[in-house]
Amino acid sequence: MNRVVITGSGTINALGQNVPETLGAMREGRCGIGPLKCPNVERLSIKIGGQVQNFDEANHFNRQQIALYDRFTQFTLLAAREAMAQSGLSFSGELAEKSGIILGTAAGGMNTWDDNYRAVYEKGQNRVHPFVVPKLMNNAATSHVSMEFNLRGPSLTVSTACASSNHAIGLAFQMVRSGMARAMIAGGSEAMLTFGGMKAWEGLRVMSKTACRPFSANRSGMVQGEGAGVFVLETYEDAKARDAEIFAEIVGFSMTSDAANIVLPSKQGGSRAMCGALLDAKMDVKEIGYINAHGTGTRANDKTECTAIIDVFGAHSDQLMVSSTKSMHGHLIGATGAVEMLACIMALRDGIIAPTIGYESYDPECALDVVPNVARDARVDGVLSNAFAFGGMNAVLALKAV
Amino acid sequence: MSVQKKVIQIIADQGLIDVADVTLASTLDELGINSLGVVESIFSLEEEFDIEVPFNSNAPADGDFDISSVASIVLAVEKLVAEQA
Repeated sequence: MNRVVITGSGTINALGQNVPETLGAMREGRCGIGPLKCPNVERLSIKIGGQVQNFDEANHFNRQQIALYDRFTQFTLLAAREAMAQSGLSFSGELAEKSGIILGTAAGGMNTWDDNYRAVYEKGQNRVHPFVVPKLMNNAATSHVSMEFNLRGPSLTVSTACASSNHAIGLAFQMVRSGMARAMIAGGSEAMLTFGGMKAWEGLRVMSKTACRPFSANRSGMVQGEGAGVFVLETYEDAKARDAEIFAEIVGFSMTSDAANIVLPSKQGGSRAMCGALLDAKMDVKEIGYINAHGTGTRANDKTECTAIIDVFGAHSDQLMVSSTKSMHGHLIGATGAVEMLACIMALRDGIIAPTIGYESYDPECALDVVPNVARDARVDGVLSNAFAFGGMNAVLALKAV
Repeated sequence: MSVQKKVIQIIADQGLIDVADVTLASTLDELGINSLGVVESIFSLEEEFDIEVPFNSNAPADGDFDISSVASIVLAVEKLVAEQA
């Protein structure tokens, strides 16, 4: 079994267009959520979101590329370029054939669906651009990264709603650990802040009109974000041999299914996933100092997740720091675990715990140290990252400092 | 049909029960309507009466739309319909 380490990371999200900007915002407890800009926003009842700001696709891609790259693919490529540049890795020969990419997304090319439905239904056009299908497909981003970096090994896209990118990173971790792959790119991307996407979410009545306040007694629901997070995973031996900088080690992964309800979370499903990740990592609960919570800011998730954590960690729960960075970047759905992985790396590497901002009042049903409002300096050697999806699909990763 | 009759019909359809089993004093919980059912019922009310119901399942008490009983729902719908007119 190989040890698996992270040697590169990249992102774009509401907090910044790269990793340093994002971590800077997390350290400062800055909020990236603001008024939503999209066509027909006046017809939405939810008018806030964690949108990527000052993003002009023409600054990054040419006309031919834009014809093929949906916004979620564009985000992925930018994050992948940052991660690859940081890792210093390049793929050729046998390494390329044994390396691949696994990304998560819930909605894939939602902007492309939205724009082209408008064209044919609203504007009555009878013709759409020839590349609509390859632009909107859920594996488009994965494929374009594979082409840009010559990844010729196991590659696929996973779609498990809000757990997509944790599943993607977990599967990539297992492939490198088992020797099935030499190196893997992994992460996720989401861009569903469109009129149609927002209308669909509004219908569920779980969105907040004001702010994402995870664990706070006055929390009023989730706020959507968008963006991507991408990581380079390789074996510890390979990373050492080429003297690469190692940012963290992935040591455990577990996935469970609630088999219970299509939207309501289950305490057992979440706690089994956390226990499974610890078991896989051969770690004791006392070795975990920080949990990056799923923490959506909904009534149901936050109380269920806190109860699950207390069940798993028992008396050690009092020593844990548990925060939800969704309060800052919003819920990136299929990309959320990837962006939240950055907070885990910051905790392990820099000894800075990202806060849960927007926290206003204590909720006895969420009686944990949620690192309210202000980042904290603390040394931790082990962390968990939780992702619990609609449909009851849970994915938890365990990481250690190297 | 009165607002009350229509509301009771919608709730009965949601709970897969007979309209005769829905009383004004009933709570949605008693009628077997869970949180997903509440959201679906509110959608049906909005469609039936062409109203916008302020309801967030994370803060049910915040929206000035009282769902604590069938009677309170009828009152809240009547108020929204009146505002609409």
